Amino acid sequence: MGETYYLYTKGLTVGYDGVPLIRNIEFCLEKGEILTLIGPNGAGKTTILKSLIRQLKPLGGVVCLDGQEIASMSGRELSMKLSVVLTDRVRPELMTCEDVVATGRYPYTGRFGVLSEEDRRIVRETMELVHIAELSDRDFMQTSDGQKQRIMLARAICQEPDIIVLDEPTSFLDMRYKLEFLSILQKMSRSRNLSVVMSLHELDLAGRISDKIACVKGDRVERFGTPEEIFSKGYIQELYGMTSGSYDERTGNLELEAVKGQPQIFVLSGNGSGTPVYRRLQREGIPFAAGILWENDLDYPSAKALAAEVISVKAFGRMDDKTQKRAEELIDQCSRMICTLEVNEPGEVHLKFEEIKEYARRQGKF
Amino acid sequence: MKRSRYQVAYAILILLVLILIVVNICAGSVEIPFEEVWKIWNGKGADPVFADIVIQIRFPRALAAAILGGGLALSGYLLQTFFHNPIAGPFILGISSGAKLAVALVMVAALGKAVQVSSLAMIGAAFLGAMISMGFVLLMSRVMEQMSMLIVGGVMIGYICTAITDFVVTFAEDADIVNLHNWSKGSFSGISWENVWVMSAVVFLASFGVFLMSKPISAYQLGESYARNMGLNIRLFRGLLVLLSSILSACVTAFAGPVSFVGIAVPHLVKSLFGTAKPIWMIPGCFLGGAAFCLLCDLLARVMFAPTELSISTVTAIFGAPVVLLVMIRRKRERSQA
Repeated sequence: MGETYYLYTKGLTVGYDGVPLIRNIEFCLEKGEILTLIGPNGAGKTTILKSLIRQLKPLGGVVCLDGQEIASMSGRELSMKLSVVLTDRVRPELMTCEDVVATGRYPYTGRFGVLSEEDRRIVRETMELVHIAELSDRDFMQTSDGQKQRIMLARAICQEPDIIVLDEPTSFLDMRYKLEFLSILQKMSRSRNLSVVMSLHELDLAGRISDKIACVKGDRVERFGTPEEIFSKGYIQELYGMTSGSYDERTGNLELEAVKGQPQIFVLSGNGSGTPVYRRLQREGIPFAAGILWENDLDYPSAKALAAEVISVKAFGRMDDKTQKRAEELIDQCSRMICTLEVNEPGEVHLKFEEIKEYARRQGKF
Repeated sequence: MKRSRYQVAYAILILLVLILIVVNICAGSVEIPFEEVWKIWNGKGADPVFADIVIQIRFPRALAAAILGGGLALSGYLLQTFFHNPIAGPFILGISSGAKLAVALVMVAALGKAVQVSSLAMIGAAFLGAMISMGFVLLMSRVMEQMSMLIVGGVMIGYICTAITDFVVTFAEDADIVNLHNWSKGSFSGISWENVWVMSAVVFLASFGVFLMSKPISAYQLGESYARNMGLNIRLFRGLLVLLSSILSACVTAFAGPVSFVGIAVPHLVKSLFGTAKPIWMIPGCFLGGAAFCLLCDLLARVMFAPTELSISTVTAIFGAPVVLLVMIRRKRERSQA
């Protein structure tokens, strides 16, 4: 792969105690880009990250940063280019949050690690940047997990690196902080041309924030590319070896396993009104059929994932009599019909829906 | 605001050390008034017996208690840092006992051949013993993930070494064995000026080395992975930490025998006094704190049941052990809160 990239690996093989876990890893990253590793638990994301930050000696191949092999850099040299946010629990005694952030200045301070005015300014500014300025004098051990994570991010930024490596940085954060945390990374990558390599479990977020994604699976990096290339139909299910439930790459829709069997209820739905009903039926273990949905309907992905049968119409297509017929057949089979939307726009669809409703009403199922 | 707290803390510790040195010189089975000591200090002492007691016995002993106490506290501080364990210390991990065993063997061998053992040889033997014990502790720390198990292992090593020492001491046939017996229980008695010079050279050099390491120690407080990312050479750092803490505790053991609890209790007391764990403040603080602690304990050991002298560990344990218990209880509480 191109050697003009800021970070690249070549034939990298990683593992523990001489036993290779993942072989021949090749990826590359420009300055200011975000690379995310995704993949199932235990696939070796952390092992790869540890090898990238030189905490683990590679069993083969090289990692190059800024045109130089990291194996040949001094500790200080590397620390001025690369900083980390790890999953290790930090338990410092009697340290304020500011003290912890200030440890990021380590490579820049002198023999005794005394902070200069400049160092203090950078620490202060960084703490403001990640919105933890008010925690300065708080004891680190008295903060919440979410705050700790942001403090460790501030620490890493303080180190003024060109690249930050983060191992599952959002795992302990709630929704608000997840977004806030990733927004900071995105801002930093844009404004300071900072490169980011991280592992994430949240596929939806990974797909949104990453410039590149590497899929780690068992013994290899199965795919490496842009999110558009990675999130192709059916791939995520395969990557994670999902045996129950489903994931829709286009919408990020994650559903539990569909209830199989003869449909008992027909859900006449669309425009997003059906999804809560489908999920409710799934929870109650009732097999159902859904329709009539255009393939670009909001309800379509969840119906596809949850319903025993879906009556669909091509996107922007015309609803023909055959489709209506099929719906009526399903009503015959089912013991009930639920209608979740009113079509008020006069026209063909309105008429057809009314006819279907009338059909069910006649059988006493609606 | 913080800086002034550190200044006050240092002032308290320095004052405490100075006052305790003076009190240690004055008090004892023979009370010597302060004016008399002052006169002796200025070379105008009237009573030659007093002068002898002050200059040949009490003054070197007080200095030894201060220097060795400081060294011991630092050694404990280093071990706590190394193992990320608040109750690690040279005594509890069996390092002092290892040093004691090595010194006892050398002394008994020397007594058998009727040769005098030099201070440096004693330190050398103690260092060897300390390193061997430390080696065992390190091996255990690889196998045992749990820190409490490491401590138990250290205590066991300590027992084994002490048992062998007792065995050696009991069966060595010599009148001088009385001395050896006293020493193996821990005591600051019988310190000569020559001893003081040697120990101060070793302890001060090692302590200065520790002080130079205050920056990497501060990085290490965030854990190994982060320290490595800050550019710290972990292997070298850990090696130096082990070496320095072994030298310090070996030196103490060579001269005063095993002294318990100073290494654990003092760093915690100093930490509470300073309200910080920053090594750059803690290292000198621990040294001064250890000095004051040992001076006080030695004073009590000599004076409480004068003319009978208690072994130093008897006194340090009385003050030190409760501190350790308090620390453990506080930790437990913090953990259950978090």
